[in-house]
Amino acid sequence: MNVQAWTYLIVTATFALYIGIAWWSRVRTTSGFYVAGRGVPAVANGMATGADWMSAASFISMAGLISFMGYTGTIYLMGWTGGYVLLALLLAPYLRKYGKFTTSEFVGDRYYSDAARLVAAGCTIFVSFTYIAGQMRGVGVVFSRFLEVEVHWGVIIGVVIVFFYAVLGGMRGITYTQVAQYCVLIVAFLIPAAAISWKITGNPIPQLGFGGTVQEGQQAGVFLLEALDALHRELRLPEYTAAFVPGKKSMIDVTAIALALMVGTAGLPHVLVRFYTVRSARAARWSALWALVFIGLLYTTAPAVAAFARVNLISTLHNTSYSEVPEWFKSWETTGLISFDDQDGDGVIDMSDGANELTVDQDIMVLANPEIAELPAWVVALVAAGGLAAALSTAAGLLLVIASAISHDIGKSILWKDMSSRRELLLARVTASVAVIVAAYFGISPPGFVAQVVAFAFGLAASSFFPVLVLGIFTRSTTKEGAIAGMSSGILFTGAYIVYFRLIRPEATAEDWLFGISPEGIGAVGMLINFALALIVSRFTKPPPDEVQRLVSEIRLPRERAADG
Amino acid sequence: MAILLAVWFVCSYVLGIFLVEPLNGTRIGGFPLGFWFAHQGSIYVFIVLILVYAAMMDRLDRRYGVD
Repeated sequence: MNVQAWTYLIVTATFALYIGIAWWSRVRTTSGFYVAGRGVPAVANGMATGADWMSAASFISMAGLISFMGYTGTIYLMGWTGGYVLLALLLAPYLRKYGKFTTSEFVGDRYYSDAARLVAAGCTIFVSFTYIAGQMRGVGVVFSRFLEVEVHWGVIIGVVIVFFYAVLGGMRGITYTQVAQYCVLIVAFLIPAAAISWKITGNPIPQLGFGGTVQEGQQAGVFLLEALDALHRELRLPEYTAAFVPGKKSMIDVTAIALALMVGTAGLPHVLVRFYTVRSARAARWSALWALVFIGLLYTTAPAVAAFARVNLISTLHNTSYSEVPEWFKSWETTGLISFDDQDGDGVIDMSDGANELTVDQDIMVLANPEIAELPAWVVALVAAGGLAAALSTAAGLLLVIASAISHDIGKSILWKDMSSRRELLLARVTASVAVIVAAYFGISPPGFVAQVVAFAFGLAASSFFPVLVLGIFTRSTTKEGAIAGMSSGILFTGAYIVYFRLIRPEATAEDWLFGISPEGIGAVGMLINFALALIVSRFTKPPPDEVQRLVSEIRLPRERAADG
Repeated sequence: MAILLAVWFVCSYVLGIFLVEPLNGTRIGGFPLGFWFAHQGSIYVFIVLILVYAAMMDRLDRRYGVD
C-alpha cells in the first residue's frame, strides 16, 4: 500500500474512533456539558489536558522552530511547560475548590461585579477565537498535503467531526475523545523520533541520543551537539548551543518571552476549565502533574528531533549537487515547503550564511522526518493522523470554552437570569454550532492578521487573567475597581505594543523596543503593570464586602466546599 | 510552597537563562550543561516540583481529615 492509501485508512479509523467515543459519552445536563459532570479521573484529565494544550503548532511546527533557533528554542520548551507549575501551585486546586463552571464566573463572584465577569468573558472569547482559527487552518493544511484535497474541503471535514462530538458530547465527549487523541498524537510523534535517533546515534531513546555520539560518516564518534556546532561554524552561523550571541535573542528578551508564555499558559481559559472537570481539589493537583508528564513526553523529545533534523538537513544538503538530492527533497519541493534558488549558478546547494540558496519551511522538520529517516509508509500516515488529532482536540476544547462563555457567563447570568437548565443547554449547543461555523470561516479564509495574532494570545492571557486570578485567591483586599483597572490596563498596554510593533512599524529593531523586549515577550511587562495597578487602586478604594473576604479565606482552607455546582 | 516556587525560578531562569554561558563550559556526556537545563532539565524539574507539591498537599489534607 502506498502512503496515500495508508493515510486514508488510518485517518478514517481514528475519526471513526472519535465519533464512537462521542456517541458513547453524549450528555443531557448542563453540568455534563460544561464540566463533564465533574467525574473525570485525574490521569484521564491529565491526558485530555495534554491533547487540549498541544495544538497543531506544538505537534507540527515546534521542533522545526527549535531546529532553526538552537538554544533560543528554549523559550518554547520552558515557556510552554513552566506554566503548569504555576497552574498546579497557584490556580487549579483553588479554582476547582471554588466550583462553578467557568473562570469568568469566579472572577465575577470574587470581584462582586457583573462588569468584571463580562470583561473576563470577553477576553476569553477573543483569546479563544484567535487560537481556534489557527487550528482549523492546521486541519486544512494536513488534509491538503497528505490527502491531496483542497484546503477548504479539509477544513469542512474537520469542522463536521468537531461539530459532532463537541455539540453532542459537550465536555464529556470532548474529554474522552481528547484522551484518544493524545494517544494517537504521542505515538505518531515518538515512533519517527525514536527511529531517527536510532539511525543517527544508535540509541532509540531520543532524550539520550540527543547527548550521544554520531555513528556514521565523517563525524563518527563525535558528540552529536559538538558535530552540530561544528557544522554551524562551517556555515558561518552562530553555534547551535550558544546563547545570546549576535544573531540570536538577547538575555532579557528570552527571559521576557519565557515568562509571558508561562504565565499565559496558566491563564488560558481552555486549559483552566479542564481542572473543573475532576472530582476534587486534590484530583486537580494530581491531574496537573499527569498533564505535565504527558506534555513533557513530547516536549523533551522535540528538542532532540530538532537537533537530529538539523544535522540531517545540513549534512545531506550542504554542498550537494542539486541533481543528486534525495527523493524526499523532490517530493516536498512540489508543496513549496523547501526550495532551492541557485544564485551562483553552479548547481550546488550552498547553505552558508550570506550565500544561502536553500529556503526551508519549519513544518517540514516533523512532517518529512519519517521520509528523511526512510521509515515505512504507515509511519508517514500516522504523522498525518497525529497532526489532525493535535489540531482537532485543541479546537474542540476552545469551542467549548467559547460556548460556555456566551451561554453561561453572558446568557444565563446577565441577559436571562431565570433561564431553565434545559434552555441553557440548548443555548450552549446552538452557540457551539455557531462558533464552529465562524471558526470554519476563519480557517478557510484567514484574515491576514490571524497568524500573527495567535502567538500573542499568550501575551494577552498573561497580562489580563493571571494577575487577577492570583490576587483573587491570595489577597483579601483586592477590590473590584483594582481588578478591572489591572485587567484593562494590562491588556490595553500589551495589545497596543503588539499592534504598534507588528502592524504599524514591523520594521523596528531591538533598539526601538522597550528595554529590548520583543512584542512576543511584552505580555510579561503587561502582567507586571496589571499586578501593580490592581494593588495600588485597591488601596484607595472601598474594601470588598465581608462575604467576599470570607469566601477568599475559605477557598484556601484544606476543606472541600459542600455546595458543588 | 515559596521554596518550590524558588526552585522553579532557579532551575528555569537562573540555570537555563542567566547562567547559561558559564554553565556551557561544563559538559555532561554530550551536553553543554546550560543548554541541557534549557532544553531538557528544566522540564524534568517542573514535573518533580508538581509531584512534591501534590504529595505535600495530600499530607496536609490528611492531617486536617479531608480525603
